[in-house]
Amino acid sequence: MDQTPPGSRLQLTCRVNRQPVAAEVEARTTLLDFLRDRLRLTGVKKGCNEGACGTCTVLVDGKRMNACLTLAIQCEGREITTIEGVGSAEALHPVQQAFIAHDALQCGYCTPGQILSAIACIAEGHATDPDTVREWMSGNICRCSAYPQITAAVLDAARQSGPERHA
Amino acid sequence: MRDFSYSRARDLSDAYAADGAGRMAIAGGTELLNWFRLGIAAPAQVIDLAGVEDLRGIRSDGQQLSIGALATLAEVGENPEVKAHAAVLAQACVAAASPQVRNRATLGGNPLQKSRCASSRAEEPLPWPCNKRRAGSGCAALEGLNDRHAIFGWTDACVAVQPSDPIVALAALDAQLAIAGPQGRRELAAAALHLTPEEAASEGLDPALAETRLAPGEVITGYRVPIRRGARSAYVKVRERASYEYALVSAAAAIELEDGLISRAAIALGSVALKPWRLTQVEARLAGLPPTREAVLPVLKDAFGDARPLAHNRFKIAMAAGAAARAIVEAAA
Repeated sequence: MDQTPPGSRLQLTCRVNRQPVAAEVEARTTLLDFLRDRLRLTGVKKGCNEGACGTCTVLVDGKRMNACLTLAIQCEGREITTIEGVGSAEALHPVQQAFIAHDALQCGYCTPGQILSAIACIAEGHATDPDTVREWMSGNICRCSAYPQITAAVLDAARQSGPERHA
Repeated sequence: MRDFSYSRARDLSDAYAADGAGRMAIAGGTELLNWFRLGIAAPAQVIDLAGVEDLRGIRSDGQQLSIGALATLAEVGENPEVKAHAAVLAQACVAAASPQVRNRATLGGNPLQKSRCASSRAEEPLPWPCNKRRAGSGCAALEGLNDRHAIFGWTDACVAVQPSDPIVALAALDAQLAIAGPQGRRELAAAALHLTPEEAASEGLDPALAETRLAPGEVITGYRVPIRRGARSAYVKVRERASYEYALVSAAAAIELEDGLISRAAIALGSVALKPWRLTQVEARLAGLPPTREAVLPVLKDAFGDARPLAHNRFKIAMAAGAAARAIVEAAA
């Protein structure tokens, strides 16, 4: 078993938003800090930094996860999707369009995490009715409390895109 | 977070180096990273179990379910075999944490999480006493705010509760943990993994620090859940918000019915002690009763005769009895 001492740099190879990434990281570097501080993907937000708020939600191999509860080095060989990899200013993702159409945000700080969580929620088949959406979106806190609008946006996007659509 | 050395275990024997102190194993990491941040643990070395194939997979052979320790809570919660033969476990996994956390957190790691006691789970340096964090310093929750704390099995050394949802379901299902370590392999009843402070003290161990019966270097490799024909089960979690919250109390019921009456019942409570709390003293008396709240609640209440509520958590007695009754009703439905 190969072992590297504390403070040394570990080689990390993964894909971020469909681009190959090769970097050196410390073992303690979280995926959240790696994405924000090293790759400057600041659409990934740091809220509680303890897995309680969901604002750092990203997709790892298509599954939603808290980037603050994941070490970067645990993502060797994985495909990571952040909000920067979802849609574009010219062509928004249907979930992004639905959030705008339903006014599903106020301050917007939680929105990148909400959008990624919603994309996964729809892909999982959990965007079927308001109660199910509320349960399966509960990992994303919105302090502006735009929950009714977020629920409506997720259901609307699910109706438009069907369960097979993915980021 | 202090840095640490990192290595990837290639097989189980690589994991035996994890002594739980200077060397720690990581699976999902959803709990461990917060220990590092708070200073609950500061290992020099972290051993990643993700590549150990022996720890993967969920299988059924018709007699029992075998669930690998690296199965995530999301995988266990949606697995058709688990839903069919151990509904209470699938429900407990889905009731735990959030979808994001469940995609990382593993069934092997989840029962090894520490209490959510606010007096214990704070950043170093702790401004108040906690025997878990600084041996012999005292327990701030004993005389402080203790509404979330234990009604069974506590001592003056520690009044915390174990917050795991899946372990409550596993205890009701009579599941066995598969354990491997430098001394070989062994099995342990899920209900016997944790020690209450009272049990630890009676065995001459430190009541605040002896949390499980795992020896240094031992790894939970998986779970064996017996499949009982006709068994039905359900998990009820009572909490202050509807989702993404720890339990005030929870109840797991695994029952069998004959001609509409309970023929066998196993009930475990969560968040009432530092371990899942089986109601063994009243389970036999549930046999012969209809699975209705009116019929089972008086019997369930008898299980709380030896409860020792603290200043702020007497409500847990009625709440836990009610949750157990509801779990029986939902299991029978």
